[in-house]
Amino acid sequence: MSSAMIERIWNSIFETLYMVAVSGLISIAIGVALGVALYVTRPRQILAMPALNSVLSIIVNVGRSVPFIILALAIVPFTKLLVGSFIGNTAAIVPLTIAAIPFVARLIEGALNEVQPGLIEAAQSMGATPRQIITKVLLPEARGGIITGVTITFIALIGYSAMAGAVGAGGLGAIAINYGYNRYNSLVMLITVAIMVVLVQGIQMLGDYLVRRANHK
Amino acid sequence: MIKLENVSKIYGQGSGAVHALKPVDLHVPKGSITGVIGTSGAGKSTLIRCVNLLERPSTGRVLVDEQDLTALSESGLRKARHDIGMIFQHFNLLSSRTVFANVALPLELMGITKRDIRDRVLPLLELTGLSDKAASYPAELSGGQKQRVAIARALASRPKVLLCDEATSALDPQTTASILTLLRDINTQLGLTILLITHEMEVVKTICDQVALIANGELVETAEVGDFFTAPRTQLGRTFLNDYLELEPPRNLLERLLEAPGERTHPIVRLAFRGDTASAPIISRLSREFDIEVSILEARIEDIQGRTLGLMIAELMGPTAITQDVLTFLNKLDLHVEVLGHVQRND
Repeated sequence: MSSAMIERIWNSIFETLYMVAVSGLISIAIGVALGVALYVTRPRQILAMPALNSVLSIIVNVGRSVPFIILALAIVPFTKLLVGSFIGNTAAIVPLTIAAIPFVARLIEGALNEVQPGLIEAAQSMGATPRQIITKVLLPEARGGIITGVTITFIALIGYSAMAGAVGAGGLGAIAINYGYNRYNSLVMLITVAIMVVLVQGIQMLGDYLVRRANHK
Repeated sequence: MIKLENVSKIYGQGSGAVHALKPVDLHVPKGSITGVIGTSGAGKSTLIRCVNLLERPSTGRVLVDEQDLTALSESGLRKARHDIGMIFQHFNLLSSRTVFANVALPLELMGITKRDIRDRVLPLLELTGLSDKAASYPAELSGGQKQRVAIARALASRPKVLLCDEATSALDPQTTASILTLLRDINTQLGLTILLITHEMEVVKTICDQVALIANGELVETAEVGDFFTAPRTQLGRTFLNDYLELEPPRNLLERLLEAPGERTHPIVRLAFRGDTASAPIISRLSREFDIEVSILEARIEDIQGRTLGLMIAELMGPTAITQDVLTFLNKLDLHVEVLGHVQRND
């Protein structure tokens, strides 16, 4: 393998990490808020708004049912408007983030679902406001589940970012497609896959470690 | 201190409506411990949740320290809840917080500074015997310790009232006893008014001043605990008490029990003696003065918060005319007599 190729692969690792990290952080920030909203606006919940809850739920479901590759192509005009181009790593962050938000929201909602309803009741009996219940009870108590969700999100984003390589983004996916697949370079294919396995494994291990530290159950 | 006026709770509407609580009036005097007892599904939980409006009553008013909670705004209610502590059957502690931080939670919610929180939490941990557990997480504690944390947490906002929702039902008898002692101590030391719900007579007997019996969403009977144990006024009260005391006539006698006296029958009586009214002299007096024999079928001495209660089931063995006189005589004494029925004489 040429040194140029090694450098290409090396750079692609950072491109992948860049796309995953930025889209991950943005989608988690928005997705956590959306997940909390999905949970607290349920009927009989602390900020029950059944109509809003149904609307949010439908939007999330629609977002989750569009395959990533279709989504990335469908929102090209929006991406162009936002970053001025629809090709490249920064451009790929837009569809990655949009695809991950509903994903994160459902995972967060699921994590909040695991919090004992009695804890909310106890907080209410102490005179907690809905905001205090969210920040002091729900989110801290769901910490383990939230970290698990964040871990899953980052791993899913590594997969999505590889797909983004097929529609103009860089990163490991682009290398695998352009060199491994289109030019029949099995070694490059193997190396890129191996790097992704290591990335996924590393994120999972870090996530598991953080969950263990967060849980006092 | 707590007054429920015509409080009811209906779930659902129309034909599917469920009356979890029929209109209830209850008064919990300041500084007292009142126990609401009933079987599961009787409406106890709904009742106690109506006091701090975790359940908003369908009708009626809830007054705590003369403030009508049902008339308050959301923020007014939140403020009023600082005066009402609550503990739960399953403790409801935050697993992500240490013991110290759990007790500090209500103070954080009130916006109290870190230093003041420390000054208030530490004495509470002392009071509840948890000083060495401040840095532990709930998962490392036993059930009894968890409930102590919950009690400390409930007391942190210096409430006037403590609500206990089946607080000892998940605990073993020994731990239950220690938690009840703690509640009694808090009641006397801090003058805290306590309203508790339970399905265990033991809890009522050990710490309550007043008992309210609830069944099918209705308050059936409210009485001083001493009176209730001596002479419950309702059939349900008697059933509850007898089930608890296991003081029933022997089974073979129960099968022969007649409702009305006959030609040749003996009355079976349940006698309840309170305080110093000693039972033995009365029995011997009956034999001496009326020349009848008294056959004691069951007898028990109960200690109700330091006061003695003697309970006895006896057959008055004599001619009907004389046993009638005996009953009249017994009714004049300072004891409670109930004729359970009559049995045919064996002679």
